[in-house]
Amino acid sequence: MRRVRIKDDALEQRIHFQRSLVAVGIVAAIALLLAGRAYWLQVTQHQHYLELSQGNRARIEPLPPNRGIIFDRAGRVIAENTPAYQLEILREQAGDLEDTLSRLVRFGLLDAGDVARVRQLVLARRSFEAVPFLLQLDDEEIARYAVHRHELPGVLLETRMARHYPYGTAGAHALGYVGTISEDDMQRVDRERYFGTGVIGKTGVERAYEDDLLGTGGYREVLVNAEGRPVHLAQGPDQQLRTREPLAGRDLRLTIDIELQRVAEEAFAGRRGGVVAIDPANGDVLVFASLPSFDPNGFARGISRSDYLALTENPDQPLFNRALRGTYPPGSTIKPLMALTGLEYDVIKPEDQAYCGGSFSLPGSRHRFRDFKREGHGSMDMRNAVMQSCDVYFYRLANTLGIQRIHDSMSRMGFGRPTGIDIAGERGGIMPSPAWKKGAFPSAEQQVWFPGETVIVGIGQGYWTATLLQLAKATALLATRGRHFQPRLVRALVDPDTKQVTDKAPVALPPVELQHPENWEIIVDAMVAVTTSGTAARAARGAPYKIAGKTGTAQVFSVGQTEKYNEKEVAERLRDHALFVAFAPADDPKLSVAVLVENGGFGASAAAPIARAIFDAYLQPEAQE
Amino acid sequence: MIHAELGASRTKRTVTGMARLLKALRLDGMLLSGLAVVSLFGLFVLYSAAGDNTALWFSQLARIGIGFTLLVVLAQVPDHFLRMLSPVAWAVGIVLLVVVALAGDIGKGAQRWLDLGVVRFQPSEILKLAVPMMCAWYLHQRPLPPAPRDILVVLAVVAVPVGLIAEQPDLGTALLVAAAGIIVLMLAGLSWSYVLGGAVVFGAAVPVIWHFMHDYQRQRVMTLLDPESDALGAGYHIIQSQIAIGSGGVFGKGWMNGSQAQLEFLPERSTDFIFAVIGEELGLLGLVALLAAYLFIVGRGIYMSLQCRDAFARLLAGSIALTFFVYAFVNAGMVMGLLPVVGVPLPLVSYGGTSFVTLMAGFGILMSLHSSRKLVG
Repeated sequence: MRRVRIKDDALEQRIHFQRSLVAVGIVAAIALLLAGRAYWLQVTQHQHYLELSQGNRARIEPLPPNRGIIFDRAGRVIAENTPAYQLEILREQAGDLEDTLSRLVRFGLLDAGDVARVRQLVLARRSFEAVPFLLQLDDEEIARYAVHRHELPGVLLETRMARHYPYGTAGAHALGYVGTISEDDMQRVDRERYFGTGVIGKTGVERAYEDDLLGTGGYREVLVNAEGRPVHLAQGPDQQLRTREPLAGRDLRLTIDIELQRVAEEAFAGRRGGVVAIDPANGDVLVFASLPSFDPNGFARGISRSDYLALTENPDQPLFNRALRGTYPPGSTIKPLMALTGLEYDVIKPEDQAYCGGSFSLPGSRHRFRDFKREGHGSMDMRNAVMQSCDVYFYRLANTLGIQRIHDSMSRMGFGRPTGIDIAGERGGIMPSPAWKKGAFPSAEQQVWFPGETVIVGIGQGYWTATLLQLAKATALLATRGRHFQPRLVRALVDPDTKQVTDKAPVALPPVELQHPENWEIIVDAMVAVTTSGTAARAARGAPYKIAGKTGTAQVFSVGQTEKYNEKEVAERLRDHALFVAFAPADDPKLSVAVLVENGGFGASAAAPIARAIFDAYLQPEAQE
Repeated sequence: MIHAELGASRTKRTVTGMARLLKALRLDGMLLSGLAVVSLFGLFVLYSAAGDNTALWFSQLARIGIGFTLLVVLAQVPDHFLRMLSPVAWAVGIVLLVVVALAGDIGKGAQRWLDLGVVRFQPSEILKLAVPMMCAWYLHQRPLPPAPRDILVVLAVVAVPVGLIAEQPDLGTALLVAAAGIIVLMLAGLSWSYVLGGAVVFGAAVPVIWHFMHDYQRQRVMTLLDPESDALGAGYHIIQSQIAIGSGGVFGKGWMNGSQAQLEFLPERSTDFIFAVIGEELGLLGLVALLAAYLFIVGRGIYMSLQCRDAFARLLAGSIALTFFVYAFVNAGMVMGLLPVVGVPLPLVSYGGTSFVTLMAGFGILMSLHSSRKLVG
C-alpha cells in the first residue's frame, strides 16, 4: 500500500527557505570566485597584462632619414632625394601573398621575373614592416594602381623620398647607385639602421660612403587598432607615444666635374672605353667615365629583372666599370716612364742614338720583335723615340734594364697595385716580374721568366696590365715631378644641420725622388714633342696651351671565351685598344688624363681627341660657349 | 491620515507618495532601483564601448525603455493568471522552436531567429521564462519534495526545449534555460542524493556530450584550457579580454580610455565582452561594484521569493532571481577565462538581443508574484 502524500505548505516553505539559504551560499561563493579572479588579473598580474596591452596598442613606425645629397665639385646636385610614389606590400594586410603577387604581375605593376625576389623580401622582413618593391612610380603605373586598388589589399601607395640622379648616365660609374636592399645586403649591414629605409648604396660613391650618406633613422610610435592599422582618436587612450626624429645623412662634395664628365662621355661618340682625369696637385678625380654607361635612376627606381638582364647581357657591358676594374696592356703610353727608368738607372743618356731597323732580336735568338713601323724609324735619340713611339728603342732599353729594375721603378710609380681610390672594387693590374711569375703559374716550367718577356714589357705589352686610374695617376706623377696622391672622388662631407664642411685632406703617397731631377724635364719635354710634332700632333693642333702626352695601342690578343662568334663583330673587337695619356698645360699642369677607346685602333686618332676635348673644356671653359 | 501627512516634511511626503505609487503599481522599490542602477551603469559603459556608434547606444536606451515598461505591465498580471499561462507559454515556445528549426533564419551560422515580418525574435528567449514557469506550475500541484516520477517529468519539461535550443546551436541559451529549470527543481527540495547522482551521471556523460558537440563548441572548450594554443584564432577572445581586464588594474584606465576596447583589440566589446571593457576602463573597483549590484538584485529577489504565498510563486521567483545570477556568472566567468566562451550576454549591461527585455519581463513576473501575496484574504 502506497503512502499517500498530501501537500504541506509549511514543510514546503521550510524546504524553500533552506534551499534558498544554500543558494545564497553558493551565490556568495561564486561571487567571491569572480572577485578573486578579477583581483588576480587586475592586481596580481596587472603589470604583465599592462605590458601586453602596451604592446598591443603602439606600433613603431620608422621615420627614414633623408639620404645625403651628392654635389659635384662645382656644387651641382648630382644625386638628390625627390618625393616619389612607391608601392609597398604589408604582408599582414595582404591576405594571400601569392594571390597578391600574381595580381601585381597581371596588372603590370610587377615583372614576372621579380616575383621570387619580392616574395623573399616580404617573407624576410619583420611583421608590420612594409616592403617597398616598386620605387618611383610613373603616372601610368599610379593610374593602374588606382584602378585595381580594391583588388590589392596590403599593397600600399606611399610617398617617400626617392633617389634621383638628374644627370642620368653621366658619371654613373663614379657615382654608383642605390637599389632595393637585397638579402645579401641585409647580411652585411646593421638591420636596425635600415628600418624603414628601402634602399642601400650598391656601387660607386653611393656604396663607399653609405655610412655617411645614410643618416640615422628615427621612429614614431603610432596608435594601432587590432588590424595593425594606424588610427587617430580624437579622444581616448592617452597618447603617450614616443617619437625620435631622424637625422639626415651627410652631404658629399665630389671631385667630379659633372659638366666636364659629360664632355668626356660625349667625346666617345658611342664608342666603348674609359677615361680618368685627375688633378695632379691633389689626386682629385674630375672625370671618371666608363662607356657605355647606364642610367642609375633605373636602379633607384627598382629595376625589373628583364631590364637588369638586358644590361648584364649587353655585349658592350654597360655595367662593367672600365675605369676602375678594366685592366689593359698599357702599350706605348708607358714609354716615357720607361725612358725615365733608363735615365735613373744610368743605362742610357738622352742623346744616345739607337738605330731602329724595324725589328729587334735578342742576342743568339732569331725571333724578331717587330716595330709597328715595318721599315723602322732609323737612328733615334730618346726624345725622338718617345715622340715617334719607336718600339725598337724601348725593346732594347728594356732588355738593357732587365725586368727587375723595370718592375721596381714602375712599382714605385704605382703599377701593379690599386691606386687606393675611395670606392670599392678597384683592381690593381699586373706589374710582372720573375717573382710575380712564380706566384702566378702553377708548374715550374711556366714559372721561368724568359728574356723575351722583358723585351715586350718595354712597350707596355706582355703580362703588364694597368688600369686607367694607374695611368692617369702615373701621368700626374710626371706632371708634379714625383709628387702623387691617392685618387679620390669625395673631397668634402657636409653636415646637413650645421652645414659645416669637413674637407678631406688629399692623401699624399711617398713621393718619387729622382737622383737627377733634371730627368723629369727631359721626359716631359719629350712628351710635349709628342703633341707638337709627334704621334699626337694632329689631336693637339691649335691648342693654346701645351700638352704633354703619349699615345698607345694595346694589342687585343684573343676573343674572350664568353663572347659569341660573329665575323663582323669579331673583326671589330679584335682591333687594338687605343690609348692616350697626357697632362696639360705642360708648363703648369692642371689636369692629367688617361683615355682608352676599346678596339679604337691607334691611340693618336681615337683616344687623343677625347683628351683634347677634356682639356679644352677644362682649361678654356669660356671657349666652349 | 491626510491631516497627519500635512504636518510631515515635503521629502517624507514625496517618499511616501512614491511608496504608494509603487505599491499601487505592484512594484518592489528596492529591486526596481537595483535594476535601474545596473541599467544606467550599463548605458554608461556602453557609451564608451560602442565607440562612434551612437545609434547603438540609443537603440539600447530604447530597449531599456521597452524592458521597464514590460516589467511594469507584467507586474500587474495576477499570479493565478501567470500560473494558468505557464503550460501554454511552454507549449507555444516548443512549437516556435520546432518552426525555427524547420524554417528559421540563419544568423551567424545558427538557426535562432524567427522572422515575423515586423519583428525578428528568438523563440528561445520565451523559454527562458516558460521553462521555469512550467516547472513551477507542474511542481506546485504536487507534494514537495518532489517524488521520483515528478522529477522525471520536470526533467523532460526542461530537456525538450534545451535539446532543441542546443541543436540550433545556441549552447549559451540552452545552458541558461536548463539552469532555470534545474533551479526550480532544486528549490523544490530535490533530494541531495539525486543531486549527487545527477552530478555523477553528468560526469559520465561528458564524453557523450563531447561527441555530440559541434566542432566550434569543442574548440571553445579546448581554448579555455589553453588559450595560447590558438592565440589569433579561437583563443584570441580570451587572451584579449584578459589583457583588457588585467591591464585595467585597480582603478582602471578611465572611462573611454581603454586601449584594448577603443582600439578594437577586444572583440564584441559592446555585447558579450563588455565585462572586459568595465574591467579595463573602470578597474577592479568597477567590476566589484557591478558584482555587488548583481548580488543585491539576486539577494532581493530571493528575499521576495521567500515571502511568496504559494509553491508556484516561490519556485518561480527563486528561479528568476538565481537564473539572473547564473547569467552574470557565466558571462563574467567566460570573459575572465574561467569558463568556455559561450554566447551569454552580461545581464542588463550587454547591448542587444532580446535578453534585456526577457530579463525585465522576468523581474516583472517576480514583482507580480511578490505583490500577489497580500491579496490572500
